Amino acid sequence: MKLTQLISTLVLSASVFILPSSVSANGGAELQSANIDIHNQASLQRGAKYFVNYCQGCHSLKFSRYNRIALDMGLTNDQVIENLIFTRDVKGNPTKVGNLMTNALDKEAAAKWFGAPPPDLSLVGRSRSADWIYTYLNSFYADPSRPMGVNNLVFPNVGMPHVLAGLQGLATLHEAKADEHGDAHHAAAPTLSIEEPGSLTQTEYKAVTRDLTNFLVYVAEPVQLHRKTYGVWVLLFLGIFFIFAYLLKKEYWKDVH
Amino acid sequence: MSGLVQWIDDRFPLTKVWNEHLAQYYTPKNFNFWYFFGSLAMLVLVIQIISGIFLTMHFKPDTGMAFASVEYIMRDVPGGWFIRYMHSTGASAFFIIIYLHMFRGLMYGSYKGKRQLVWLIGMALYLALMAEAFMGYLLPWGQMSFWGAQVIINLFQTIPVIGDDLSIWIRGDFVISDPTLNRFFAFHVIAVPLVLVMLVFIHIVALHAVGSNNPDGVEIKQGPKGNRWSDKAPTDGIPFHPYYSVKDILGVVVFLMIFFAIIFFAPEMNGYFLEHANFEPANPLKTPEHIAPVWYFTPFYTVLRAVPDPFGGTLAMFGAIIVLFLLPWIDKNPIKSMRYRNRANKVNLAWFVVVFIILGYLGVMPVTDVFKELGTRMTQVYFLFFAVLAIHSRPKEAKYAMWFVILVAFVAITDYLRLDPSFSAEQTSQFWIQLSIPVIYLAMTLLMPMLNASCNAEKPVPARVTS
Repeated sequence: MKLTQLISTLVLSASVFILPSSVSANGGAELQSANIDIHNQASLQRGAKYFVNYCQGCHSLKFSRYNRIALDMGLTNDQVIENLIFTRDVKGNPTKVGNLMTNALDKEAAAKWFGAPPPDLSLVGRSRSADWIYTYLNSFYADPSRPMGVNNLVFPNVGMPHVLAGLQGLATLHEAKADEHGDAHHAAAPTLSIEEPGSLTQTEYKAVTRDLTNFLVYVAEPVQLHRKTYGVWVLLFLGIFFIFAYLLKKEYWKDVH
Repeated sequence: MSGLVQWIDDRFPLTKVWNEHLAQYYTPKNFNFWYFFGSLAMLVLVIQIISGIFLTMHFKPDTGMAFASVEYIMRDVPGGWFIRYMHSTGASAFFIIIYLHMFRGLMYGSYKGKRQLVWLIGMALYLALMAEAFMGYLLPWGQMSFWGAQVIINLFQTIPVIGDDLSIWIRGDFVISDPTLNRFFAFHVIAVPLVLVMLVFIHIVALHAVGSNNPDGVEIKQGPKGNRWSDKAPTDGIPFHPYYSVKDILGVVVFLMIFFAIIFFAPEMNGYFLEHANFEPANPLKTPEHIAPVWYFTPFYTVLRAVPDPFGGTLAMFGAIIVLFLLPWIDKNPIKSMRYRNRANKVNLAWFVVVFIILGYLGVMPVTDVFKELGTRMTQVYFLFFAVLAIHSRPKEAKYAMWFVILVAFVAITDYLRLDPSFSAEQTSQFWIQLSIPVIYLAMTLLMPMLNASCNAEKPVPARVTS
C-alpha cells in the first residue's frame, strides 16, 4: 500500500494548496484526528455492529446494501442476517440481504421528537470528514437547557440525544477561562471531563467511536477499498506506454531540423 | 485494401479529406509544449461524451430520484464509479486544458489577422462549455448543485424590467424544481453537446484553412516554398501526420497519467473537483452558509461579487467574458508572438495570469474585508489589462504618460463611486492600502516602458521560424 499512499500524497500536494473544506462548519471547535484505517476489516466489522445496534434505529444508510458491506468486510450473508439485520418484513422474516439499509422510523414523528428528522448517514463520511464524525461523537456534554439534556461542541444545539452515553458516561463542560486581558478570542477552548462514567473506559469509548467513524467513512464510498489498486496498475501501464511513445516520437522526428 | 479505399474515394472524398487535414496538412515544425492542448481538448470532449452516454443509461432526471440514481451509479452499477469519476474529473480537466489553450493564443497572438474567426469560434466554444458545465452541475441534485444554480439563475433576475419573467422562463417554475432539472438534463445531454461538436468542427476547418500559428508568430505560408514532401508546401512546415500525431500521443499519455492519478487516488481533489457539500441532497429550505461554485467559474464569480449593485455585478461578470471575444480588435500590434514584443507586454501578460488565478482563489474563499477589497482590485486590473493591451499596440508612438493619467483617473472615479461612508475602519484602510495595486500595475506596464527604453524595445521578427 506504500506506493498508493505515495501517489495520493503527490497528487494532492502537487495541485491543492488550500482546502475549501477548511471553511466547513464545526462550531468553532478544533477537530480531533480520527486516525482511521479503512483497510482494517475487523474495525469495519465492529463499526458496522455498533452502527446497526446504536444508530440505525434512527439513521438509515439508504444507499448501501447489506450484502455489499458483507462482501467488502469479509462476512457471509448468513452472518449478516444473524448479526446485522434487525428489521422484519410483514411476514416476520428478516429483511433480505440484498436490501438497502433502511429503518422503520416515521420521519414526521421523528421531526416532532428531535426538531428535525435524523439524516441519512450514507454519505456523511464525504459531506463531513472522518475527523468531524469522530470529534462529534466525542463532544457531547450535559446541558439541562436542551430538550435531550445534552449539547455538542462541534454541532451546537444538535437535536440528537447522546445515544452512546451508556458507554461513555456523560461529560461536563468546563467553559474556557478568558485570559487575563479578558479577550475571548485568545481564550483556550472549552474542555470536557467525564464525571459520571459509563460502562466503558475512556480509551475503550474512543476505540468504539473510531470504529464507527471508520465504518461511516467506508460506507460513504465503498469503492475506495479497491480503486487505488486499479490506479497503480493503470499508472504502471501508462508509464511503460510512455517509454514506447517517446521512442516512437524520437524515431519519427530525427529528420526534422 | 487499396481496392476498398478506391471504392470509397469514387463515392466520398476520403483520401482528399485525410490529406487536407492530416497527411498533407503542413504544420510549423517549431511547436512547443503549449501546442498539446488543442488535441487534448478534443480527447477530453470524447471522454466526456462517452462517459456521459454511460451515465445517461442509469441517471434519472427527477428531483426525487436524481441524487439516489447518482449514488446507485457509484455503488451498484458495475464500474459505475469509474465512469462517474471520469466524467467529474473530465469536467475540471476540460477547463484546465481550455484555459491553457487560450493562454497559448494570448502569448503567441493566435487571434490576430486571418485567425480572428478561429478565435471567435473558440470563444463561442468556451461559452458553450461553460453552459454545458453549469447545467451538468445541477444534475446530481446536491446542495451545491441547487444553490449554485440558484445564484446563477438569480443573475438573470437582476436584469431590469424583464428579469423576473426571464428567470421564471429559464427555470420553468417559480423556484428551481423538477422542470428545471429536466430541461437542464435535455440541454446538457443533447443541445449543448451538439453545439460543442459542431463548433469544434468549424474551429478546425477555419484553422486548417488559415494554417496554424506557432511560438514565433511567423506565417510559414509566406516563407519559402518546397520541402521533402511537396514543392508547393511551406519549407518550415511538416505534415501533421505522422509528425504531430506521433508527438501528440506523447502528450496524451502524460495527460492520462495525471487524469487517472486523480480518478484513482484523489477523485474529490480535496473538494475542488467534487465539492463536499454536494454529497448532501439538495434542500431548498436549508441555505448552505458558504456557497462556492466549482473552481473553473470562480474567477468570474469574484468579478460578480466585486460590484455591490446586483445588476452591475452581472454586467461586470458577462463583460469579463465578452471582452475576451474582442481581443483581436483590442490588441492591434502587428507582432504576433510575445517573444518579439516589448518587455512591458510580457509584464502585462504576467499580471493577467496572476490576477486571473487570484480571482479564482478568492471565489472559493468566504468574503472577508481583505478579500473583498482584493476582489475589487483584481477586477479593476482584469479590465485594465485590456486597455493596456490596446495601448501596447503601437509602443513607439504610445502616449504612455497621458494614458497613465487617464487610467489612474478611471480607477479613481470607480473608487469614488464605491467609497461609502458606511465602510468600517478596516474596510477603509484596506481600500487605501490596496489602491496601490492598480497604481503599481499601471506604473509597471505604462510608466516603465516610458522611462526605460529597453522595456519598450521590440525585437525584429525573424523571416523564418526558429527551430
